[in-house]
Amino acid sequence: MAFQFTEENLERINQELKKYPVKKPGVMAALYIGQEQNGYISYEVIEEVARILDLTNEEVYGVVTFYTMYHQKPMGKNHIQVCTNVSCMLRGAYEIWDHVKEKLEIDHLEVTEDSKFSLEEVECMGSCGTAPMIAVNEDYYENLNTEKVVGILESLRNGN
Amino acid sequence: MEKILLPDINNFHQLEVYKEQGGFSAAKKAFGQTPDEIIDSVKKSGLRGRGGAAFSAGLKWSFMPKTTDLPKYLCVNGDESEPGSFKDRQIFEFNPHQLIEGTLITCYAIGAKVAYIYIRGEYHKWIKLMQKALDDAYEHGYIGEKMKSTFGTDFYCDIFIHKGAGAYICGEESSLMNSLEGQRGYPRVKPPFPAQNGLWGNPTTINNVETIANVPKIIEKGWEWFAAIGEPKHPGTILFGVSGHVNKPGVYELPSGTLLTEIIYKYAGGVPGGKKILCVIPGGSSMPPLRGDKLEGVKMDAESLKEVGSAIGTGGIMVMDEDTDLVKVLARITKFYHHESCGQCTPCREGTGWMEKVLNRILDGNGSTSDLDLLISIANNIDGNTICALGEAAAWPVRYTIERFRDYFEKRVNKQITLPVKNKVHSMRKTSFPIADITK
Ligand SMILES: Cc1cc2nc3c(=O)[nH]c(=O)nc-3n(C[C@H](O)[C@H](O)[C@H](O)COP(=O)(O)O)c2cc1C
Ligand code: SF4
Ligand code: FES
Repeated sequence: MAFQFTEENLERINQELKKYPVKKPGVMAALYIGQEQNGYISYEVIEEVARILDLTNEEVYGVVTFYTMYHQKPMGKNHIQVCTNVSCMLRGAYEIWDHVKEKLEIDHLEVTEDSKFSLEEVECMGSCGTAPMIAVNEDYYENLNTEKVVGILESLRNGN
Repeated sequence: MEKILLPDINNFHQLEVYKEQGGFSAAKKAFGQTPDEIIDSVKKSGLRGRGGAAFSAGLKWSFMPKTTDLPKYLCVNGDESEPGSFKDRQIFEFNPHQLIEGTLITCYAIGAKVAYIYIRGEYHKWIKLMQKALDDAYEHGYIGEKMKSTFGTDFYCDIFIHKGAGAYICGEESSLMNSLEGQRGYPRVKPPFPAQNGLWGNPTTINNVETIANVPKIIEKGWEWFAAIGEPKHPGTILFGVSGHVNKPGVYELPSGTLLTEIIYKYAGGVPGGKKILCVIPGGSSMPPLRGDKLEGVKMDAESLKEVGSAIGTGGIMVMDEDTDLVKVLARITKFYHHESCGQCTPCREGTGWMEKVLNRILDGNGSTSDLDLLISIANNIDGNTICALGEAAAWPVRYTIERFRDYFEKRVNKQITLPVKNKVHSMRKTSFPIADITK
């Protein structure tokens, strides 16, 4: 099925384009907006972004595959990102990682059956001073321990 | 000591408060001088880049061509993805207008009409905070065409945020420019350097967020004032981010040259449980580590750290206590660089993967003494043979950690183990087809 941006989202993309002397740099923002509207970046999203920015599908696809924040399959409603890099690791990140994996019964870049959760092991998120941390979608949760993470997962499961 | 970047003033992030405290008077002063005068002041101030390489900011600006019809650009590097670094986000959150003012002055000095602040995609919250500050500054005539009447000058410039999407390599300046142009973030071969051939082929300067945020105070208080703070060869305050095994992790703004032990014990509250320190990485994960028994007298500035065989990097201090598994740490660091290698150069793309595999083998108890030499050999073959400095960033931790903690690593490898295949490098690669097929 062909993908089309909503009027509102097209306007957002046009606003982004005003920042640059050419259209191409708008691809990163357009992909974010496409991902937000469609849930993930399907090939149809790629085609549509290419069309409105006068790029080839390959150019857009190349961008999608370079960056980790563009997802080519639907992720869970709550995308859980656990940083396991050194500063977090020194303060117990792998215990958190193992625990979350066990609790959700999914591994890196997998999605739960009810689509409520997906999981990603991520690199340093710039919260080393408040480590360990996880991010849920766009929000950071810092200074964690396993108990706190359990609490966060529970409240997300209950839909708060 | 007066704080330059993160002053203890309530609501300093608000435009009103920033203005009350004398905000934007430095820009006003700067616009009354010639660009050359400003570049000269910043040069004399001794301000050095806070993004990793500690290069003189004024000198970098002086590379921008003076007579050219091409548009010029400034990129403010807020990619902040080096493990152990979490300082630029403090500026976005607590002092965004000083960053804006520094950006205006820098644009004026180098003749740029447009500046992009590149912020890593994961920093959604800080992008919003920074955007709010930009919107406010635009509305009150501190950015854009309205600047002309606000400051009474002919000069004006625009500032935009470009949001990254998850790729450490985009902090490397030429990769950042490719990413900004809407391409895969591949680093470019240098030369040509950005000052000649940067964004869309135009003269471009790239500076770190913290570097730029220092500029207004240098203009306001004079270069002599700045040059007198901390170590003369690397003056000013530095945002030290302390993480790992300390009681009070966080960002501490202190004069350059502050003793590392003072930062760890006095400011960051020492090590939990009074444990000894095994290892400290002084400037973000790619910098050579220091032994815990060799921290006495180490000062935190570019020159002093060079003397002890490390580097200031981003000022991200990672502290590891005596119970830390250093093999695990090194394997994790290497996994990071392997994951983040853009894949353009064979030594970096393959070498990081090989090092990760060998380190995991040691971690699993299957390492042999020769693995240590193999690791150093791979690291040496990456170092200097790549397009960008991610190669070094991956090689240094491996080489220096093993060299400096040889005794530690020796204990973790089993001298008896012999691997089934002689050609260890190839034996580590997964082949999905039977070997016989290709040897036919
Ligand atoms: C792999 C790699 C990653 C880098 N990441 C960053 C970064 O996240 N932020 C940054 O300011 N500089 C980063 N740098 C350094 C930049 O290339 C550049 O030197 C710096 O932004 C210049 O600013 P400065 O002179 O003000 O320090 C990185 C360099 C390399 C090789
Ligand atoms: S050194 Fe590594 S990250 Fe840099 S260009 Fe080469 S492959 Fe890419
Ligand atoms: S190491 Fe986890 S946020 Fe930096």
